[in-house]
This record gives sequence, C-alpha cells and structure tokens, in this order.
Amino acid sequence: MLWITCPTCGRRPVEEYGFGGELRGVPERITDQAERDVDYAWMYDNIHGITSERWFHQAGCRRWVTLRRDTATDTVV
Amino acid sequence: MNEFVERQLTLQWHEPKRSYDVVIIGGGGHGLATAYYLAARHGIANVAVVESRYIGSGNSGRNTAIIRANYGIPEAVRFYQHSVDLYRTLEDELGCWFMHSTKGLIWLAHTETAMRAERARCLLNAACGVETFMITPQEASDLCPQLDLSGGGRYPVLGASYHPGAATARHDRVVWAYAQGAMRHGVHVLQNTEVTGLLRDGARVTGVETSVGPISAGVVLSAVGGNVSTMAAFADVRLPIRTHPLQAFVTNDYGQAFGPILSDTELLCYVSQTARGEIVIGAEYDRQPSYSLQASFSFLQSCAAKAIHLLPFLRDLRILRQWAGICDISADFSPIMGETGVDGFLVTTGWGTWGFKAIPAGGEQMAELIATGRTPALLGPFGLDRFARDHAMADQGSTGTR
Repeated sequence: MLWITCPTCGRRPVEEYGFGGELRGVPERITDQAERDVDYAWMYDNIHGITSERWFHQAGCRRWVTLRRDTATDTVV
Repeated sequence: MNEFVERQLTLQWHEPKRSYDVVIIGGGGHGLATAYYLAARHGIANVAVVESRYIGSGNSGRNTAIIRANYGIPEAVRFYQHSVDLYRTLEDELGCWFMHSTKGLIWLAHTETAMRAERARCLLNAACGVETFMITPQEASDLCPQLDLSGGGRYPVLGASYHPGAATARHDRVVWAYAQGAMRHGVHVLQNTEVTGLLRDGARVTGVETSVGPISAGVVLSAVGGNVSTMAAFADVRLPIRTHPLQAFVTNDYGQAFGPILSDTELLCYVSQTARGEIVIGAEYDRQPSYSLQASFSFLQSCAAKAIHLLPFLRDLRILRQWAGICDISADFSPIMGETGVDGFLVTTGWGTWGFKAIPAGGEQMAELIATGRTPALLGPFGLDRFARDHAMADQGSTGTR
C-alpha cells in the first residue's frame, strides 16, 4: 500500500489523501494552437515510470503536497 | 451447445513470418476477437496477434466477467447490446463452451438521487430497445433472497433497476475460444513476443519492432491493455487515458446458488457467482494511476465490509484469491476505437473496467473497419477524434466504478 509523507503530518496512508493529478504539459512538437488546446484539455502522459504529481492531504492538514512517484511499483521515490 | 461435452482446445502455434497484412498488438479478448472476425468474416487470414506473455494474461483474465448493456447514453447502449447479443450465440459459432449464463443484473439504489438516475437509465434503455426496468425492494428480494434490504442497517434499499439480459461467462475460455477460432482460419498468434517499438516510414506506421525482430504489416492495431499510452507514444499519438489498477477477490464455494448479478453503484461493489460456486466481488479502481499489480489489504477491508452490508452470508465465506488488473480509464469513461490520425495505426483501447462485455462487438466492428476501411455506424461515435470535436461520450455512471 502507498504511504505518503506529508511535510506537516509525517508518514500517512494514502486513504487520507486525495489525488490531484500529475503535473503535465503539452508536448513541444504539437505546434497548432487548436491541437494544443485539445491536448491540454484531454490528453495525459500516463507515464509508466516516475511522475511528479500533486496530492491533497484531505483528512489531515488539508494542504497540498508535490511528490515524485514511480507508477510501475506505486511507491513514492 | 449440448450440455456440455468438453472438447479439447486445439491451438495451433506458428513461427513468426517477416510480414503480415495485419499485426494486432495484444493477445487479449479484443485482439483475438478482431483477428477471428478478420479471418472468419472478411477472409483476411494473413494476420498476426503479438502477445508479450501468454494469451489472456492481461485484463481479459482479470476482470469479473460480467456481460450487460444497461448503459446511460444511446450510442453505448446500442453498442453493448450488440455485444450481449453476439455473446448469446458465440458458443455455437466458435464451437467452444465458455460457461455463458444469463443471470440478470440487479442494480441497487439507496438514495432518491440514485432512484432518479436508475429511472432515467430504464427509460433510455427501453428507448434503445434494451430491457431494463425498475423493481421494488420486495421484488429485488424475491430475485435475490440473500439480499439484506436494510443494507446492514446503514444502506436501506429504496429500489433497483433490473436488467434481465445480463450474463456472466468464464473469461479465459472466451479468450481461448477466439484464439482457437482465429488459428483455425490460419491466424498466427505469437506468445512471449514483446513489441518494443513501431516501424515508421515518415509518419506512417509500417510494422512492429519485437523481441524476435521486426515484423512489417499493412495495418497495425493496438489492442493493448495497460501499456497503451506507451504504445501510442511510439506513433506520436496522444491518448486521453490514465491507467489505474482495479482489484477484485473471490471467495470459496458458497455451496448454494446465488442467482443474479448484484451491483451497487453507490457502495461501488458488484457480486456474482462463478460456475464453480465461488463468489466474485469487485469494486472501484484505485484513485492514483499506476501500473502496479500489487493487491492491497486496505482494499480487501473496505470492499468486504461493503459487500457484507448487502449480503450478510458473505461473512461466513473465506477469501481464496485477490488480484489486480490495470485499467485504461479514458477521460469520458467510454472506449476509444478506430483510427488515430496516423496512417496504418489503429487503436481499440480505453476499455477501462468495461472491456470484457464488449469483446465480441469490439472485435467484430474493428475487423469491419480494418477490412473495409469504412467506420461502421456502431463504432463511429467512439473514435479518438471525438475529443477534438467536443463530442465526449461521458458515461461514468454506467461503469459501476468511480
């Protein structure tokens, strides 16, 4: 199971957190502005490996934390 | 089929050739069904299905094997109903028994909001020619005597929608039956062959790079479950998909018949009985995207508690197995099938937690698209271009998950 270290509350189980999504951007190679908008609105990198993402400590201090997680093993790195 | 003389499967394996008309990546239900229909209906048998492990090792062998069509948007209802119809006659068509059994699905509602949603679902299904109707708690209890109508004192049942056409089947056998059918028509199925990249000629995709060398193809179809974003990235295709694990577990033999499939979108669990008498229980997917197949105790704890609220008899059963599958959840909770904008590269993906029921229709329609080059009417609404056209097929409420 995934455990996340909150800067204020310490190491807490994932059930206390809300997933806020990965930090993502639109790839440089997409140049057309309309296509960039579609990509921004809908598409995900869905990385198999290490992602940077936001989590909200819902049942704790109610602050956001940014962390790096390996999606291959579902562990915080 | 007669009841039921077991016949040995005859799977004919082949060495890979250098070139095929169609290469399908992913030897799960959708990949093998597409290969079967290409060969059987359209005479295109120069087809290879490339699978990184063994056939059915991914989500085709990890789902909870429920077949139903009570969806919430007309396009989806028609598509899944076609699949339910195909499943009914599939054992005869493939000459292979896969324990298809029509059971009916009870979809419980515990709040007025849910009752309204279910009434709307019933009306929409009826308008699309699919039988789904409201039943009272008493009728639900008659169909499923084990059901605790007070929901353990916490989740009283106000009513339910009932979908009599819902069925279950043995999922591995569906995969094997399609593999056998495809192989009989000369399709090559290459197991333990991992696709490591796509061959490109300019923008066009011309084949696949595999662990046994390059294989060229007229058309490449990605029927990958799980790693589809990686696969699409080889062709510079971006997908509105996040991959989440979903867990399920199975108990030991109940020893009595548990008739219908019981589902609950508010508690988020669904319960059915396998042909062996075991009770299969599934739930919602994990919130964070991940490719990990690790099962967790916290899931077991929360899901078992929910199921016991509805079905107190589960208290006395033991848990035999727990497993996870990784689901490609699309942004609008509907599948993505068809062309990708890259020549020679098609996808059938976004099958999230709703792929098993769609295997026959998905395979049949994708085969028609590949064979004729025209998008069939059932498939049209589910193209990848729907996001750019702002025609998302949002239907989260019908997926039985969150």
